[in-house]
Amino acid sequence: MKMTREITLQVNGREEKVAVEDADTLLEVLRDRFKLWSVREGCGVGACGTCTVLLDGRPVSSCFLLAVRAAGREILTLEGLRDGKDLHPIQEAFVTQRALQCAYCTPGFVLSVKALLDEIPDPSDDEIREYLSGNLCRCAGYADILRAVRVAQVSSKLA
Amino acid sequence: MADFAVIGQSVYRKDANSKVTGQVLYVGNIEMPGMLHVAVLRSPYAHARIRRIEKSKAEALNGVAVVLTGAEVAQMPGVDPYFGPAFRDQPILAVDKVCFVGDPVVAVAAKDRRTAEDALQLVEVDYEPLPAVLDLLEAVKPKSPLVHEQHRPAKAFADLAHVKAGQKSNICYQFKLRRGDVDKAFAAADRVFEDTFSSPPAQHLPMEPHVTLVYLDENQRINVWTASQTPSYVRTELSNTFGIPMNRIRVRIPYLGGGYGAKLYAKLEPLVTALALITKKPVRYALTREEEFLTITKHKVITKIKTAVKNGVITARKCEVFWDTGAYAEIGPRVVHKSGYTSAGPYRIPNVWIDSYCVYTNHVPAGAFRGFGVPQVIWAYDSQMDIVARAIGADPVEFRLRHALNEGEAFATGTPVKSFGIKEAIRQASEAIEWSKPRIAPAGSKRRGKGIAAGVKAVLTPSISGAIVMMNADGTVNVLSSTVEMGQGSETMMGQIVAEELGVSFDQVHVVQPDTDITPYDTITAGSRSTYHMGNAVRTAAGKIKAELFQVVAKKLEVNPDDLVAQRGRIFVRGTEERGMTISEAFLAKFGSLGTTLTGEAICQPEAIPTDPETGQSEKCTEYWFPSATTAEVEVDTDTGQVKILQFYSVGDTGTAINPKHCEQQLLGSAITHLGLTLFEEMIFDEGQLVNGSLLDYQVASIKDLPDSFRSIVVEVPHETGPFGAKGVGETGALTVSAAIANAIQDAIGVRIHELPITPEKVLRALTQKKEKSSPGKVQ
Repeated sequence: MKMTREITLQVNGREEKVAVEDADTLLEVLRDRFKLWSVREGCGVGACGTCTVLLDGRPVSSCFLLAVRAAGREILTLEGLRDGKDLHPIQEAFVTQRALQCAYCTPGFVLSVKALLDEIPDPSDDEIREYLSGNLCRCAGYADILRAVRVAQVSSKLA
Repeated sequence: MADFAVIGQSVYRKDANSKVTGQVLYVGNIEMPGMLHVAVLRSPYAHARIRRIEKSKAEALNGVAVVLTGAEVAQMPGVDPYFGPAFRDQPILAVDKVCFVGDPVVAVAAKDRRTAEDALQLVEVDYEPLPAVLDLLEAVKPKSPLVHEQHRPAKAFADLAHVKAGQKSNICYQFKLRRGDVDKAFAAADRVFEDTFSSPPAQHLPMEPHVTLVYLDENQRINVWTASQTPSYVRTELSNTFGIPMNRIRVRIPYLGGGYGAKLYAKLEPLVTALALITKKPVRYALTREEEFLTITKHKVITKIKTAVKNGVITARKCEVFWDTGAYAEIGPRVVHKSGYTSAGPYRIPNVWIDSYCVYTNHVPAGAFRGFGVPQVIWAYDSQMDIVARAIGADPVEFRLRHALNEGEAFATGTPVKSFGIKEAIRQASEAIEWSKPRIAPAGSKRRGKGIAAGVKAVLTPSISGAIVMMNADGTVNVLSSTVEMGQGSETMMGQIVAEELGVSFDQVHVVQPDTDITPYDTITAGSRSTYHMGNAVRTAAGKIKAELFQVVAKKLEVNPDDLVAQRGRIFVRGTEERGMTISEAFLAKFGSLGTTLTGEAICQPEAIPTDPETGQSEKCTEYWFPSATTAEVEVDTDTGQVKILQFYSVGDTGTAINPKHCEQQLLGSAITHLGLTLFEEMIFDEGQLVNGSLLDYQVASIKDLPDSFRSIVVEVPHETGPFGAKGVGETGALTVSAAIANAIQDAIGVRIHELPITPEKVLRALTQKKEKSSPGKVQ
């Protein structure tokens, strides 16, 4: 028996009412209803990080979270990161450090880096590696991503 | 070196902005009104006959458009139910039997994915199990059960013209190389070394799983949006499979979320096309990660390698290489041929014997994986290179340099090598890790060691890249190319080459995405071939436009066209920039109006001389080589078997680096991926059933696996016919990782690992065996 209910989601600063089935994941709702294409399924089991969004500022795998569990909480996807036209300093760092290739993993990484720097403004190398170990990049541009975090760390403070 | 404006500059990627904002187009973002979604029922048996399929309940489910079986596909008029790039052996859906656990049997198209999955629950299939072929070395024996009774060649690629029809064997292709007299050399040798190495199946794991969308347009033409590395091939395959003219099929490829070989040739396209033809609706099939594991793998390989040494020099090598190509040959024969002929290494060995076998089994089909099989053969030959060097008391670096081929010397195929920076790669890799510096003394249970490996891959030859360059009257340019941007930076590379040739800025060049209605034929985006082949095609095409403009300007200025140059958006007399005109002025001079276009077209088609079927000899087996060397320092914990990579250097000869930073990135990325493949990646099968087919159970390299210290180093030995001297770089870093790590472990703890991946368990077991050997009779 399919259960449908109406919930309110705070998506990228906007309040959205949406009817969901209990079995709908947050990923499905963000993609299928809101067409937020930066949110991408990579594994379906919460293990690769490509579907990462920030829920009340903390990174979560949206493929592994029921939409009803996100009701009333603040959801940030990559589409909501920028303030106006300019790239966010973390995005700028990913471009200048060439920390993207096929870029399927990029939105998840950028959001995880945001959560990391919000939580630990001066992370050690080990803390960065630990924090980002749930985001996989099969082009294996990890060295570039590590550098991008360092650059973003400085520019975030200047901003 | 010539003074270039943009060649050799590390410009930023063309697609950086759309990618960093998440707005880049992938197939999964494309939706059509009324689009149906697909789910597929897969075989639970490794090998079984299909007795009966009961699907009426599934068909009756609300929201289901069609429930399709292989027997029905086979009855579609004019349809060949089998496809494949080397042999037409893979059914769109299993017709009368299933050949691996995961083989597609029934497909449902429904209003949404969940409805399609619900419908599959209502399908019943009755199977009659058959003896399964699961052991690679048993499969080649004459008495083995057969996976396929007959082998039907596909005739799709010129380099596979030698693939023959076969039957009554699981060996669907064999490559042979015979050079000199190995028996004589073995008989006369001081020492003979014999080893067996194995490398497991693994998954490419592009973060974007396969996805295909097919619809019929208003003229009933087949429109395909697909995550593929081979737009031209997909069109040809659909044309052959469905008996539809090529211009009735349009294949478009946006950006790919990674490929690494997984997205070559046809995968979902034949099935989704069949479903769209039947339902007359747009149909999309997006694989789950679990299905991705059941779609394509890296070949499991077992290599038996025997080497003769006399007076400190290798005199002969015999290689027997067995490739588990799985239930369908996929591109196995190309892998077995191209990797097969390099199995003895980039070394001077007068007597070589190679047998390389492509073997059907009832496993998931295996194809090309970043390196096209060459990482597996280098794993064997450059592990053994170390064994030999250490056994005869030679320094491993010096021993490789002693045997590495010089420019112009003959490879094992008899082909003289050109632009062959193997020695320079070995030197730079050993310098980076300070090879000659004394080793650090052991501390507690930790032992340190350094290792080196070298190797080479040859580019697929012959192959074809066509391109059209279209210059607009305002000096901007559109490049029409079927090379797929899958992360490697091909758009940026083409932009740089065309900008340099036409003397315009990089930003003025737009690269059009592959679209078979518009972009010309290209064999494949793979095998480190695009920079050379497509790079040459776009450069030549741009050069034709430049020549036309020079004619006009020369006439106008009354000078010789040979005295003109194109730079900074102007065409002028060399040395006197004011004597010239802008590109717009040149267009106006030619056409008398603006808004016009000039078009240049070119094909790059290097030829090879086919290797002799009995001896593997060819005066030219390949257009170019890309040598690789890796050095690593490891720390092995002798209590736990853990291997930590302390230092890591990847060196590759790329020819002229069009974009040096991107070349470094390609080298390092493919190398780090292969660190994971070396230390832990493995698809584990139990009676044909994959037991770790999810990302919860299958581990790949994460940012935590980045070594403490690492660097990639580009060696630039220009190629005389490469675009501005460039070759290729996408696979080079992958080639020599595994052997370098194993050799470093040997250096650290004195044990040799012969089977990938090098897990802590294997290291501990090897250490225990070594202890038992050195203290016989003692009971632990």
